[in-house]
Amino acid sequence: MKSLSQYINLYAECRRQLDLVPKPIAALRPKALDALRVFSEQTMRRAPYTEAAIDRLLEPDYGLNIQRMGFAVDLSATFRCEVPNISTLLGVTLNDTFRPTESLMRNIPEGLTVCSLTKAAAGMPSVVERYLNTLAADSTPQAALNTLLFQDGVFVYAAKGVSVERPVQLVNIFNAPVPLMAPRRLLVVAEQGASLRLLLCDHSQRNDIDYLSNEVIEVFVHRDASVEIYTIEENGASTRHITSFHCRQEEGARLTLNTNTLSTATSTATYTIDLAGTGADTRLGGMVIADAGQTVVQNVELTHSVPDCTSTQNFKFALSGKSKGAFGGKIVVKEGAVRTNAAQTNRNLIASDDARMTTAPQLEIYCDDVKCSHGATTGQLDPLALFYMRSRGIPEAEARLMLTQAFMADVVDSISYDLIRDRLRQLVERRLSGEKASCAACAAENTCHC
Amino acid sequence: MKEALLKVENLRAGIDGKEILRGLNLTVHPGEVHAIMGPNGSGKSTFGGVLAGDPRFSVESGSATFHGTDLFGLSPEDRSHEGLFLSFQYPVEIPGVTMVNFMRAAVNAKRKYFGQEPMGAADFLKMMRQKRAIVELDNKLASRSVNEGFSGGEKKRNEIFQMAVLEPRLAILDETDSGLDIDALRIVAAGVNALKTNDNATIVITHYQRLLDYIKPDFVHILYKGQIVHSGGPELALELEEKGYDWIKQQHQS
Ligand SMILES: Nc1ncnc2c1ncn2[C@@H]1O[C@H](COP(=O)(O)OP(=O)(O)OP(=O)(O)O)[C@@H](O)[C@H]1O
Ligand SMILES: [Mg+2]
Repeated sequence: MKSLSQYINLYAECRRQLDLVPKPIAALRPKALDALRVFSEQTMRRAPYTEAAIDRLLEPDYGLNIQRMGFAVDLSATFRCEVPNISTLLGVTLNDTFRPTESLMRNIPEGLTVCSLTKAAAGMPSVVERYLNTLAADSTPQAALNTLLFQDGVFVYAAKGVSVERPVQLVNIFNAPVPLMAPRRLLVVAEQGASLRLLLCDHSQRNDIDYLSNEVIEVFVHRDASVEIYTIEENGASTRHITSFHCRQEEGARLTLNTNTLSTATSTATYTIDLAGTGADTRLGGMVIADAGQTVVQNVELTHSVPDCTSTQNFKFALSGKSKGAFGGKIVVKEGAVRTNAAQTNRNLIASDDARMTTAPQLEIYCDDVKCSHGATTGQLDPLALFYMRSRGIPEAEARLMLTQAFMADVVDSISYDLIRDRLRQLVERRLSGEKASCAACAAENTCHC
Repeated sequence: MKEALLKVENLRAGIDGKEILRGLNLTVHPGEVHAIMGPNGSGKSTFGGVLAGDPRFSVESGSATFHGTDLFGLSPEDRSHEGLFLSFQYPVEIPGVTMVNFMRAAVNAKRKYFGQEPMGAADFLKMMRQKRAIVELDNKLASRSVNEGFSGGEKKRNEIFQMAVLEPRLAILDETDSGLDIDALRIVAAGVNALKTNDNATIVITHYQRLLDYIKPDFVHILYKGQIVHSGGPELALELEEKGYDWIKQQHQS
């Protein structure tokens, strides 16, 4: 991957500033650098569309905020974009710098830590060392690049048995006057029996400047703990987004991950999940709505390592314009992972002649006595339904919207947290009716607050 | 005589280059009920579909004037707003779209077309209740997806319910009687009759005299191989019941 060498050089030049981070972070750099050097020599190892796309994404010479300059941001405009009627524990990451809000500091319950990753690395180094980069482990070029360059991030920690009622909402915002890459990093740990809800929102406040978010998320769900994560991506038309999501679930641990890509230029996500403890349960849901020249890639690599785990996946894409979508869904059932129950569906709706969808479900089963199913379909809106609606006076555009909403309904309906479910329904409707999600528009609307 | 509500002249239409309607003529005046009968595959549903704007069919030549406007110049949705209604021979199931949302979208689209504000929630629900009563449609169906899991009879009642809501000037009922039990047939026919005024008209497509006992036609037409080959009064339907279509087919052998 040719694009990497410019970052390797950048690191060499700016090493002194970049390594001005607490030791648990700085200590990760040498390995990441070695890994990147190897990746930079290689071409397209696997999942070709992903690696080729990543190479292209990294190609432009983005700036990084190495000097940790502060950018002005109108936080009040951003806050209005958030989820109304949910009082969340809110933290904002501006470009790649975490800023807790006053209300977060005031309202954070006993047993929950939400803070900047550098602060955590300095204050509780042994905890951070135990987890940080142990899952991502420089396994892909984008993850290694993040590890080489990130200077801040967010740390969320729920202590043993702590059940956090209010969702923790982490909002990523881009706002810089020049093209910028933000290596974002999130580390989540739910100790035994803890439960936690996270709402991750991505916004960019400008449509005209190229931004690249290269994000690594690591989630540890310990025994009988539960983590629910909802993501909503509403980035601007020039924002590119790479997500490397890694999760490890211990015995009886539950993970719900529901991702919603509503607008972006290019968004490539890989969800790597290891069901490592018996009885663990994973529920993945994904919704992608793309149009114009947008590209959205979702890869799942889910591994059943031990007996008696269950996983479900339901990913849906609605593509129009010249947009491209790709879904790669790999389920690995390791030897000995008996009584595994894994189901995967990927359904896609193509609403224009120029939209393209690639889907590649993949099962690797090294064990008998398992239940695995997968199914993928790609089709168009039902022309009979469309005509039926129009014959009753429903204008074509509205009929298409209603049918697309109906297509997505089960992903949204499967969200058990009602306030987020209702909000998503609104966002989907707004998105499908052609209103661009933008902070400016939302501020004008002035309906939601935090 | 009143001005024609619908005037179809020399209509030729088909699908994928295959001609189905081959020079069809029909004039309907306000207040009239026309029955169209004819053997399977003769083009009755195609005629209804072409009038409603089913995009699968293409009009090759001829015209259809609907209270003075060129029907074929209008989108399907505008035809509906202008007062055309097709009760489908095979109503379409739409999973994930509830009856309530479907009807609300339809009602408000029509209001918007005529420059009116959307209907308030309470008024809308009240209207739904009233219209459902006309065809005794079970109100539990309102929260279900459009036609999904409806029985054959429920689907047909649902069509007439939609007609009651939209109050068309011209309703085309394509085999609305098929699949109805005897009681339902009476209820649906009574519903259609209740909606009848001096200003609107109905085209009933059917195979059986049975329905015409309830919805009394002023004219009966026989559609055969894409043309109306014979027209008469209500007695023609009785004649067909007795003699079948052989005599028509023989007359048009060549
Ligand atoms: N979508 C279609 N594709 C191909 N051929 C079609 C299509 N729709 C109708 N046809 C053909 O057009 C002809 C007329 O069909 P149509 O459904 O209009 O007949 P009909 O008079 O309504 O018959 P029935 O009494 O059985 O309902 C038939 O030969 C039919 O096969
Ligand atoms: Mg028919």
